Amino acid sequence: MTSYLSNELPASGILAVERLIHVIAELLQGVRHVAVGASSPIPGSGALLARALSERDAPKQQTRVSILGSKKHNAFTNGGVELFDMAATGRIDAFFLGGGQIDGEANINLVGSGAYPQSEVRWPGSFGSAYLYHLVPRVILFREEHSRRVLVPKVDFISASSYRGDGDYRPGGPVALLTGLCLFHFDPVRRRFKLKSIHPGHQLDEIRDQTGFDFDLAADLGFTPDPSDDHLALIRGRVKREIGETYPHFASQLIGN
Amino acid sequence: MVSIQDLVAPIHDGCKLAIGKEETGASIAATLALIAKGVRGLHLICLPISGLQADLLIGAGCVDTLETSAVSLGEAGPAPRFNAAVKQGAIRLIDGTCPAIYAGFQASQKGIPFMPLRGILHSDLMQHRDSWKLIENPFHQGDRIVAVEAICPDVALFHAQASDRHGNVFVGRDRDGVLLAHASKTALVTVEETIDEDFIQDPIRAGASLPALYVAATCVAPGSARPLSFTGKHGSDTAWLLRYAKAAKSQAGFGELLDELMVLHGFSQPAKADAAQGHR
Repeated sequence: MTSYLSNELPASGILAVERLIHVIAELLQGVRHVAVGASSPIPGSGALLARALSERDAPKQQTRVSILGSKKHNAFTNGGVELFDMAATGRIDAFFLGGGQIDGEANINLVGSGAYPQSEVRWPGSFGSAYLYHLVPRVILFREEHSRRVLVPKVDFISASSYRGDGDYRPGGPVALLTGLCLFHFDPVRRRFKLKSIHPGHQLDEIRDQTGFDFDLAADLGFTPDPSDDHLALIRGRVKREIGETYPHFASQLIGN
Repeated sequence: MVSIQDLVAPIHDGCKLAIGKEETGASIAATLALIAKGVRGLHLICLPISGLQADLLIGAGCVDTLETSAVSLGEAGPAPRFNAAVKQGAIRLIDGTCPAIYAGFQASQKGIPFMPLRGILHSDLMQHRDSWKLIENPFHQGDRIVAVEAICPDVALFHAQASDRHGNVFVGRDRDGVLLAHASKTALVTVEETIDEDFIQDPIRAGASLPALYVAATCVAPGSARPLSFTGKHGSDTAWLLRYAKAAKSQAGFGELLDELMVLHGFSQPAKADAAQGHR
């Protein structure tokens, strides 16, 4: 999962993981409350960076963060159901989901590949995805691996659907897909991804080669911007310390102290 | 207060057994007692997910039906016996999503047949079960909503912080132990300690306690959650879980690590020979 993490600093002076954390924080701008699910150290770090920036830049409208598995960085007191009740009552603005498969219409599969129920490869299961995908306004899809086995034309099993039927109550849905290669935005009307930015060191041809579905290009398509020096300082200081409470192994691989 | 063997005695073959997630308190000790007893045909329900605890029961051949939102060893990786059983078609799967499992328990807790729930529309999960139905909101024409049938387990089994002199159980911040017990016909609980007080009369503890009324038996068994974590007591044994994730990919490797756990939890006899054989 953390294979690309390296303590060796590239020539740019910025680790790939630091770029991802920074992009996530940008996607969370203006969010009142972001929740982060299990096994999500990079989204968690991005959320903590967004909170640190909001405290500095918008002290009257600070971003709240709830990290599942953390004791310090969440305030739940009503059991596991509270996250879902909060989502249904509009108290969570942003959440992260991944998928063993993600298709070009932003349907996600967390169950397994091949036939069901006897999957060829079984993944853990759908967790809260089938519900949260409909209720959280800003769902960010995050999957580091960018390959044709993950980004498929059509998922083998729909854990959570991006489809919005006539009359469906659906305040939520996907807004973006972030991978190790690039950032896509999602157009809910056309149900298509639009390539927004390419991470430095990668090329459009490479993204086309590694993506199993068609996508559009943003008019202003460019490279993913670098985090500024003060954002990097926050990632290497406060964010590293805070995420270390829940993900000590992950934090130990970040630069900083 | 009973021995751990007596605690799990009411869990019979074919029992609908409810367990919680790791943060709620997973009683690995009681799980091993169940495996040693050789229970079969369990309908295992996870509120709303599980990891090592479900994987042990599946690997030891105790489970016929599994109702869960996910099974994973978390940072240690996939749950090997769960994955193998799915691939072999050795267990009947009822794949869910976390809030729907909570809703099923909440319906049971209220004694009502179903609970309506938002979201889920257009998920393939709907097509592979008959206990969720799409209905129209009776108060708003054209508003489709999912009805989740009540989940009514026979027994809830979990680990908690403490019991008091009356058998009340202090569950602390994660309240899922309360929901597990409310929704099930009865609850069996291992605890870290017993304290000669009355939790219900203590204004600090009362709100986070489960009255004895819901609990059939408790057993003092400190460290019951090991090698998983238990809030306020100990973290998880990551090195052991990583070793399990690798070794239990084979049924033989699973048997060896199961025996290790039996020793760790003070079971003098290793698992019954047939208990580690897995599915027929």
